[in-house]
Amino acid sequence: MTTALPLVQRSAADLSTVLATGETTSVELTRAFLDRIDAVDGSVHAFLHVDADGALAAAASSDARRAGGELLSRLDGVPIAVKDVLATEGTPTTCGSRILEGWIPPYDATVVARLRAAGLPILGKTNMDEFAMGSSTEHSAYGPTHNPWDLDRIPGGSGGGSAAAVAAFMAPLAIGTDTGGSIRQPGAVTGTVGVKPTYGGVSRYGLVAMANSLDQAGPVTRTVLDAALLHEVIGGHDPLDSTSIYEPLPLLEESARAGATGELDGVRVGVVTELGGEGYQPGVQQRFDEAVELLVKAGADIVQVSCPHFVHALAAYYLVMPSEASSNLARFDAMRYGLRVLPDGVEAPSAEEVMRATRDQGFGDEVKRRIIIGTYALSSGYYDAYYGQAQKVRTLISRDFEQAFEQVDVLVSPTSPTTAFRLGEKLDDPLAMYLNDIATIPANLAGVPGISVPAGLAEEDGLPVGFQVLAPALADDRVYRVGAALESLLQQQWGGPLINPERLAVS
Amino acid sequence: MTAMSEPPADAATITRDQVRHLADLARIDLDDAELDHLAPQLSVILESVASISEVAADDIPPTSHPIPVTNVFRDDEVRPSLSAEQALAAAPAVEGQRFAVPRILGDEQ
Repeated sequence: MTTALPLVQRSAADLSTVLATGETTSVELTRAFLDRIDAVDGSVHAFLHVDADGALAAAASSDARRAGGELLSRLDGVPIAVKDVLATEGTPTTCGSRILEGWIPPYDATVVARLRAAGLPILGKTNMDEFAMGSSTEHSAYGPTHNPWDLDRIPGGSGGGSAAAVAAFMAPLAIGTDTGGSIRQPGAVTGTVGVKPTYGGVSRYGLVAMANSLDQAGPVTRTVLDAALLHEVIGGHDPLDSTSIYEPLPLLEESARAGATGELDGVRVGVVTELGGEGYQPGVQQRFDEAVELLVKAGADIVQVSCPHFVHALAAYYLVMPSEASSNLARFDAMRYGLRVLPDGVEAPSAEEVMRATRDQGFGDEVKRRIIIGTYALSSGYYDAYYGQAQKVRTLISRDFEQAFEQVDVLVSPTSPTTAFRLGEKLDDPLAMYLNDIATIPANLAGVPGISVPAGLAEEDGLPVGFQVLAPALADDRVYRVGAALESLLQQQWGGPLINPERLAVS
Repeated sequence: MTAMSEPPADAATITRDQVRHLADLARIDLDDAELDHLAPQLSVILESVASISEVAADDIPPTSHPIPVTNVFRDDEVRPSLSAEQALAAAPAVEGQRFAVPRILGDEQ
């Protein structure tokens, strides 16, 4: 059905097939995406760096391997974009910050190394909120990314660049990272698929840390199957990450394919009472409720599940995350790499004065806010009341999940309480910005996997709505099965994918 | 951990002076305009998270990592690593095969 589509609109699974049949080459494919980037990224600004030469060289190698009959993986030759928070040897890695402007890492993150080892040409590095702190990509020091559905709106964050690149057909696949929703919320507001794997399921080596106990890299794609294929490339144990889990990955592709049949007989689905209703945009709630009805028709048993401590998740998150971030970002000290600013009017400044001046100029407002909140929460006299308490609430949230998963196989909710808001709308109201993560944060605190799949367009504004599926730790296969089932049932209704060029503001 | 001047009873708000002190601890120069801009925002954020102190009973254990992994060891084998040149390539200043840094002691030290 999709074979008539132009190359850039096809899924990665399709592209893998047309590469195999010889209908196209990796070089031709990579050129097509680079051309697309040239044509539309002036309006979208999804990329901070495009590595045309590197991508084409990798594509040529892939074509040579194919000619020799020795492929590195199923996705060999299929291009990908990588969020600029992952170290890429030889190409700039800024984390959306001035403090790392021009930094060229001398090593690859494990995720990047695995992409290269699987033969995927890397098109470039995608825009993000500075050090992944934000829900709109507006906190990037290099200017915001625009939502391809409406250029005046946010693409979500922090991984708005990866989501927008995939939504606007500039890449079939991208890597994101999710600390409080930075893969899933951009997925929701751009009509794409985003997966946050189980914590420890994908290596954090070379992922510049915001909050180590929450950060997790994962796939950003247009289809659930593509996400599963990509997850299988990047996932699995890594000895270079001491929090990496030993268990082998569950069968993700198989689960996505099983889900795509649309059968969910006997699957127990819990609707989280605390993640819906008041505070959720009516059009978001409506599309979510309709999607739940579809799951019922597919044979799923639906129950309401209460997770009473989720109401405290945002507060716990906004203490744990800044505490870890304030500690992690201490490494940007102007001594070994990155920006060094000499303070004005100081003769022979001390190292400490240089650090202060550099961190003032190198960090944006949101980073400063979080470092200061974290420093506060960790300081003596406040530690027990704030950080210590937040860690206890984290335990209560994990227990809520455990109890819920005794009754059901997966939990579902809207991914984000609203559709994409307007650029600038929440920039100086940090709390309003934080509230956008209310449905995604519990999964990070508990380390469980989650997916966001497109659920349609909200009636009031015609913008994409995301449907979130959460599963127990290590049961990532379940989010693929249920996600793929919903995707398949919805696409039958829609007569095709939610995203098509006619619907976007960039054609 | 560095002691703050105010006791936790006042925890829901944060003063301009406290923000200045915290920025100092975090090695960030904030000028007056930045303090004016950030201090009220930080108060709002802290007020919104203050409720956390009343949620968990004393007997609830803290969670520092969601998926605990214990006894993580790997074999102590020599592996390729960065050369001195690679490690120094992004340094703001280099002297010989070392990072060159500003003076680390003040006159009084």
